[in-house]
Amino acid sequence: MSDVKYSKEHEWIKLDGDIATIGITKHATEMLGDIVFAELPAKGSNVEKDGTAGVVESTKAASDVYTPVSGEVVDSNQSIVDDPSKINADPEGEAWFFKLKIKDVKELDSLMNKEDYDKFAKESGQ
Amino acid sequence: MVKKTSLYNLHQRNGAKLVEFAGYEMPIQYKEGIIQEHKFTRSKCGIFDVSHMGQLFIYGGADLTEDLETIFPIDLKKLNLNQSKYSFLMNENAGIYDDLIITKINGGYLIILNAACKENDLKILKQKLNNKYDLKLSEKLSLIAIQGPEANTILEKNIRGINNLKFMNGGSFKFQDSEIYVTRSGYTGEDGFEISIQNDFAESLVETMISNGAKLIGLGARDTLRIEAGLCLYGNDIDTNTTPIEANLKWAISKNRIETDFPGSKIIKDQIQSGVEKIRIGIKPENRIIARGNTKIFNNEDKEIGRITSGTFGPSVDHSIAMGYVDNKYAVLNTKIFLEIRGKKVPANVCNLPFYKKNYFKGEINV
Repeated sequence: MSDVKYSKEHEWIKLDGDIATIGITKHATEMLGDIVFAELPAKGSNVEKDGTAGVVESTKAASDVYTPVSGEVVDSNQSIVDDPSKINADPEGEAWFFKLKIKDVKELDSLMNKEDYDKFAKESGQ
Repeated sequence: MVKKTSLYNLHQRNGAKLVEFAGYEMPIQYKEGIIQEHKFTRSKCGIFDVSHMGQLFIYGGADLTEDLETIFPIDLKKLNLNQSKYSFLMNENAGIYDDLIITKINGGYLIILNAACKENDLKILKQKLNNKYDLKLSEKLSLIAIQGPEANTILEKNIRGINNLKFMNGGSFKFQDSEIYVTRSGYTGEDGFEISIQNDFAESLVETMISNGAKLIGLGARDTLRIEAGLCLYGNDIDTNTTPIEANLKWAISKNRIETDFPGSKIIKDQIQSGVEKIRIGIKPENRIIARGNTKIFNNEDKEIGRITSGTFGPSVDHSIAMGYVDNKYAVLNTKIFLEIRGKKVPANVCNLPFYKKNYFKGEINV
């Protein structure tokens, strides 16, 4: 997972060529609690770095999902919409949110590596 | 200053996430999370610390029942010793100051009040009763709810005879060296008990129930359980701007009291005879999206017709569920309505309450 990067909004992003897979971190799911609803961006839509690109709701509250980079949505994970509990079970694996054809690879430069994110999450998180 | 219940240390030892609720530091959930806690209560047995709620004791002679009937719209004269009834403290407009459970005990009444309302309730009651009686909001007692289909067998192991209690009836029992008062009641839609116990013994009682197979349940699951059971949360679903009739709680007003005098009685009588403008209903959104409190409700012509007051995902009914108030003419089963959530109009249907069918123990005969 060394090529995975992380945002301050608790998303992870993994790049494969010009296709990025994006999801929310385990730390985020632990803060949210049991997730019962997920809404994802439509295929073919364009999303902007740091803009909203979905929603997750736990039994407690609704939270926006942000995209850490800009791009065109080429795929979204219907299985987490059908069964949102998968997000709690495997947030950084099977329960990815959407895939983007990225616009500018340089947008990843400002994101954190795993070590920095873990430190950030520990400091920011309950 | 945030208050702590006698179970605070026990909550911490058991990995509770603590939040401030009604001035108390309370567990919102434990390690397993809200959904597992909810399902465990429905299938086995959950323990809830509800010690933040008020336990108000009112002692007095023969006049007391008479005087309390001028305040509460229930037939207290017909209440048997150790019998409980759900009721309201209302203002002159029939707005609800608090919803409560009143139980007839030796020499008086025990009234269980909402945590956020209890001090104000005490003030109102003292004033209405002209300081004629001894009113005491106990600080020395904890209140522990044990809920679920196994609650009776789990409690019976240590508190013999508890299974003889019928729903909404109570009695005095012993746990270790402590005199306890137990009622068969709760707020989850399950069979269960609420135990009033001295603070010093509360932890021991809970530890014993855990070793008998029960699990601690937080306020998060308490909320999803009560919404599934169609029960109101004071401050969300009822308040001083709603009457019991509008809240669809007419059943809690004793029939022979409708014509008599109590705070708000004119409005209650009028609403029963002429109907209400708004009424509380059950709502099911057509997908998994959650409609939380204050969500606007629209009709099929895009006219605003009401607001959601509580909403969540119901783990046992496996559906998004909500309740709220709408203009009375839309309170018809299966009426299609629309909920404005994050700028979109989400279709939903008016449905019956409760969402989850209750399993209360009524005893062998009808009571």
